Amino acid sequence: MTKLETDLLDLLKEDCRLPLEKLAVMTGSSVEEVAEAIDGLEKRRIILRYAPMINWDLTDRERVEAMIEVRVTPQRDMGFDAIARRIYCFDEVKSVFLMSGSYDLLVLVEARTLKELAAFVSGKLSPLETVTGTATSFVLKRYKEEGVIFDSGDSDRRLVISP
Amino acid sequence: MNYDRFLNRRIASVPPSGIRRFFDMASGMRDTISLGVGEPDFKTPYPIRNVAIESLMDGDTQYTANRGLPELRQEISAYLSGRYHISYDAEQEILVTIGASEAIDLALRALVAPGDEVIVPEPSYVSYAPGVVFAGGDPVGVETMESDEFRLIPDLLEKAITPRTKALILPYPNNPTGAVMSRADLEAIAGVILKHDLFVISDEIYSELVYGGHEHTAFASLDGMRERSLTINGFSKSFAMTGWRVGYACGPKEIISVMNKIHQYAIMCAPRQGQIAAAAALKVGRENGYEEITRMRNSYDRRRRLMVDAFRKMGLHCFEPYGAFYAFPSIRSTGMSSEDFCARLLQEKNVAAVPGTAFGPGGEGNIRCCYATALDKLNIALERIAEFVAENT
Repeated sequence: MTKLETDLLDLLKEDCRLPLEKLAVMTGSSVEEVAEAIDGLEKRRIILRYAPMINWDLTDRERVEAMIEVRVTPQRDMGFDAIARRIYCFDEVKSVFLMSGSYDLLVLVEARTLKELAAFVSGKLSPLETVTGTATSFVLKRYKEEGVIFDSGDSDRRLVISP
Repeated sequence: MNYDRFLNRRIASVPPSGIRRFFDMASGMRDTISLGVGEPDFKTPYPIRNVAIESLMDGDTQYTANRGLPELRQEISAYLSGRYHISYDAEQEILVTIGASEAIDLALRALVAPGDEVIVPEPSYVSYAPGVVFAGGDPVGVETMESDEFRLIPDLLEKAITPRTKALILPYPNNPTGAVMSRADLEAIAGVILKHDLFVISDEIYSELVYGGHEHTAFASLDGMRERSLTINGFSKSFAMTGWRVGYACGPKEIISVMNKIHQYAIMCAPRQGQIAAAAALKVGRENGYEEITRMRNSYDRRRRLMVDAFRKMGLHCFEPYGAFYAFPSIRSTGMSSEDFCARLLQEKNVAAVPGTAFGPGGEGNIRCCYATALDKLNIALERIAEFVAENT
């Protein structure tokens, strides 16, 4: 990674709508250099997509989220990858992580209702052959995600003018 | 009742800070984007805050030694020697103060007697000249010019020296201009200081915030200068700790002990929690290579480039600031005075900036804009200033 690439990742992580011209000024590079670096980051799949962070709690969309701890039997030659793939292919699954500790996979699931989510666990996840157990915890409130605090109490408390 | 009889005429004669008027104006407005701040937009890093929280839980609430917590003074000593190659004895040569501001005030009160002159480069921080007057002395301004990159020029310094001159305040990296002085620049100043047997109060509060390949040189690290200077620094800017109010002065023990005498009678000690947090800041920094400072400096640097570029694109001449977190563009092309420009910008575009004249008469024609502002707000503020400039040129 070059310094320019690291700088660009820092800036785009904060605001992926910054235009190339501003990114160029802020990193002390030319527009062409910035465009080329971003292109490279995309091709190497370091930048996967440009998406806003949404506070769904403030929308009227019905939505439940759960974190499911999944214990599985790893398969010969494939380890955990094959079962992880089978799990992440479900549309309800937002994220899957292989974990150290008392369970194997952490699965973040989103559904419209509690009933839908329960149906996913009992009807789709648990019946998978290699899944030996699940423990589902529902998300009640989100406080901070990806460094962004969801409560509004994080305003600028500085004096408007100071020497 | 007429209080003139009671008030100290010398103090009463000092006008209130030029910033005050703008503060009052801006405070009454809603949704103002302020580029008029003089502090980081970061919060104190959490590990530092946490140490202070734990100390409160532990009941660590007493006075400290007048000179400051011994462990803090040792950390300061290690920091200055590791970072800027000057060594100060933690026992006798370091005094922890309530911000660098108190350190400057103590230095002036310890050094200046009625009739003494103190040279103050201008434009510079608002407190220096009043501080000299409060101490009984006479401030002598030396203008620094954009054509000299707002550095203090030895010839101009020398011209300002009289038999009454006792000291020079050396404020680099500079608020409000963002100017820095290189080692060679400072060596030239040191020559004048030696020749005229003067003392230097070097305010290096922005020492960690230099950009574009520049490196900060501590004035006291120059040959012969340690014995005739005070190094003043603190935690507000480098560690985003403005509200904790912790700074320090380092210098010859004979000077520090007199400053400590004033400090112990007037103040007793800097607040304990601030000192505990400050010691933690230096300890954590020493252990992780000051990564928090680097993170914040990189962030300021990107916004610095953005702001300077934006001013130039709107047709305002803007000196390249390599220090602190301010740009100091010239607004002469608009034909307005600095005060008028800032007042109208605030009223018409809801953006606050500080007129250069708040930092001395030499600031006329410029405004100070702080780029330690969230990127989205900074972009909006710069767009509004661009509109304002376009409407007025």
